Amino acid sequence: MATNTIARRSFAETGPRTPVVDSVRVDQVTPGARRGTAVRLILAILIAFLMLIPVIWMAMTAFKSRPDATASPPKVIFTPSLDGFIGLFTNRTQLSAGALAAELKRPDLSFWDRQALARGMRIIGPSKFVQQIQNSLIIALISTLLAVTLGLLSAYAFSRYDIPGKGDWLFFILSTRMLPPVVVTIPIFLMYRAVGLYDTHIGMILLYTVFNLSFSVWLLKGFIDEIPIEYEEAALVDGYSRLQTFRKIVLPQCVTGIAATAVFCLIFAWNEYAFALMLTSERARTAPPAIPANLGVGGIEWHVIAAGSLLFLIPVVIVTFALRRYLLRGVTFGAIRQ
Amino acid sequence: MAEIELRQVAKKFGNLWAVKPMDLTIHDGEFVALLGPSGCGKTTTLRMISGLEAVTAGRVYINGEDVTWLSASQRNIAFVFQFFALYPQMTVRQNIAFPLESQGMKRALINQRVDEVVKILRIEHLLQRKPGALSGGDKQRVALARALVRKPACFLMDEPLGALDAEFREAMRAEIKRLHLAQHATTVYVTHDQVEAMAMGDRIVVMSAAEIQQIGTPAEVYHTPTNLFVANFIGSPGMNLVPGKYADGRVHLPGGSVCTVPPAWQPALAALPSDDVILGFRPEATQVSDTGALRGTVYASDLHGSYTMLHISLERTGRINGNGGDKIVHIRTRRDVAYPLGTEIRFDLDPEMMRFFDPKSEKALSKEARG
Repeated sequence: MATNTIARRSFAETGPRTPVVDSVRVDQVTPGARRGTAVRLILAILIAFLMLIPVIWMAMTAFKSRPDATASPPKVIFTPSLDGFIGLFTNRTQLSAGALAAELKRPDLSFWDRQALARGMRIIGPSKFVQQIQNSLIIALISTLLAVTLGLLSAYAFSRYDIPGKGDWLFFILSTRMLPPVVVTIPIFLMYRAVGLYDTHIGMILLYTVFNLSFSVWLLKGFIDEIPIEYEEAALVDGYSRLQTFRKIVLPQCVTGIAATAVFCLIFAWNEYAFALMLTSERARTAPPAIPANLGVGGIEWHVIAAGSLLFLIPVVIVTFALRRYLLRGVTFGAIRQ
Repeated sequence: MAEIELRQVAKKFGNLWAVKPMDLTIHDGEFVALLGPSGCGKTTTLRMISGLEAVTAGRVYINGEDVTWLSASQRNIAFVFQFFALYPQMTVRQNIAFPLESQGMKRALINQRVDEVVKILRIEHLLQRKPGALSGGDKQRVALARALVRKPACFLMDEPLGALDAEFREAMRAEIKRLHLAQHATTVYVTHDQVEAMAMGDRIVVMSAAEIQQIGTPAEVYHTPTNLFVANFIGSPGMNLVPGKYADGRVHLPGGSVCTVPPAWQPALAALPSDDVILGFRPEATQVSDTGALRGTVYASDLHGSYTMLHISLERTGRINGNGGDKIVHIRTRRDVAYPLGTEIRFDLDPEMMRFFDPKSEKALSKEARG
């Protein structure tokens, strides 16, 4: 109809300028829809940036010197410094000018010693934080291992055996999750003190295991339910025992579920604050309640706190990033049929 | 290799009979198809033979040995599942070797057996693949190989072709049949597809409502069904079943058609408590002719390539099928003659192919009068 090719023609007449080579509905290739996609993308990036500002600010503060960290107005551009990390990992003493000069002549100074001396201090030993990070690691890893192992076995039983009152049991298990930690910390504190579990690794491992177990049973049951029973029946006919079948057939097939569950349990145990604050003090204190304790002596040590928080964040970020595929499966399990 | 015998075997789920007490003997080397609609208990029967399902009552014997309370792994049977149940994390070779490994067989011997079996099924080229990368037909070949490799006493197959595309299904049907003939292994084959059962079975066990309806060769269940269920279930479409009234050597059908009963049948019909009778005939037992005894109008016609299937309405009531509606029968005619819808048509029945049923008991009558 239109003889003039320069005249604007509607999308309905011309179609998209480039051939459509992906699977997409017609209304999604109109110029309007394409613009909408671009706008949404920009919005998403903006929101993500807004959300990340506190984290970015924390990372920046971790590398500020003490005056920079508390400067007002806040400094966005600053000279990076390791003050925060030195403060986090070491205990130091202030040296007089004479002692400082003498100390500087020692031949066995490490990089960190020199850093401290440059600030007029001498490192006299590691801080408690090293111990606390260790506690966090031990407690989180062992409780995760226990929660996943026990959860897997009971999830398998719930999935495959006809247990009397199965629904009630499952609900009961889930209900342990319904109380907010705040409500149960005091009774648990009293009980732990009575039986000598207060401020022990075993006490914390036990607590996190129990707390994660309900979650682990439910999540893993979902994954095991999805494994067709025929595989096991085939193995049974092929001459294997129930236990061998579990090990050779079921286990390899729910690796995804195990990974997803482990990540969730690990993140919970690693991040847990309320119980750790109430139930530990010296020996078994984990990192989450320990980091803000640096709010400590003679002014708030923001750069130290930030350094601690940043270090604390790293393992979770690594694990989450490495297993993000499984995490998504864990969140959507049952919703998407693979 | 093995004879399987079920004596009064039954299964209840709660209060529901999945399989009512049944007797069944499957002879050595026989291929028996358990046929029936879904939920009729055929799969439960198979699972009871395998030991994957415990019986509620009765005894299972394999080769004369009472295996009722032996576990599946102790019965030396092979089970082929509908969805193959190939272990997804293992390669084809590992899958096939799996049953042998449980017996603690030497590696070299396992490899030798696997190689033999894959040659029979022509899947040598697939050994290193994972099941996920195989087509449906190949998956089933691997599943068969896994069953074959341990040289079991018998093969139990639960709708092994049910999950396959139509094109693979026919090829695999022939392959399983050939395999059976070559191995001469006792095979119990569950299917809801009567074509499959007819094509493969030495004998067919027709099941419905948790009971055996008929046991017989494919020809027997097709030509002399013992009751209305079997008559209707076997064949596609099933046997035409037309209610009528018997009087003086004739059956009066709806729409005024009258069918003469062959003399051999007359005593049996006369012995019925009432004059109600059901006439059965297969679509191919008809002959269109201008002087035919039965008449009706063409309701629909399907061209099947080599023949045309006419749907004939014997009586025009204006309603369609179902209770009180038109009685539709199917007849098979030449492919090259077209019958427009609504055409009046007459046809005769082959007297040899007529069957009669008692509408009360739903059982087939037999030529010899029983009183």
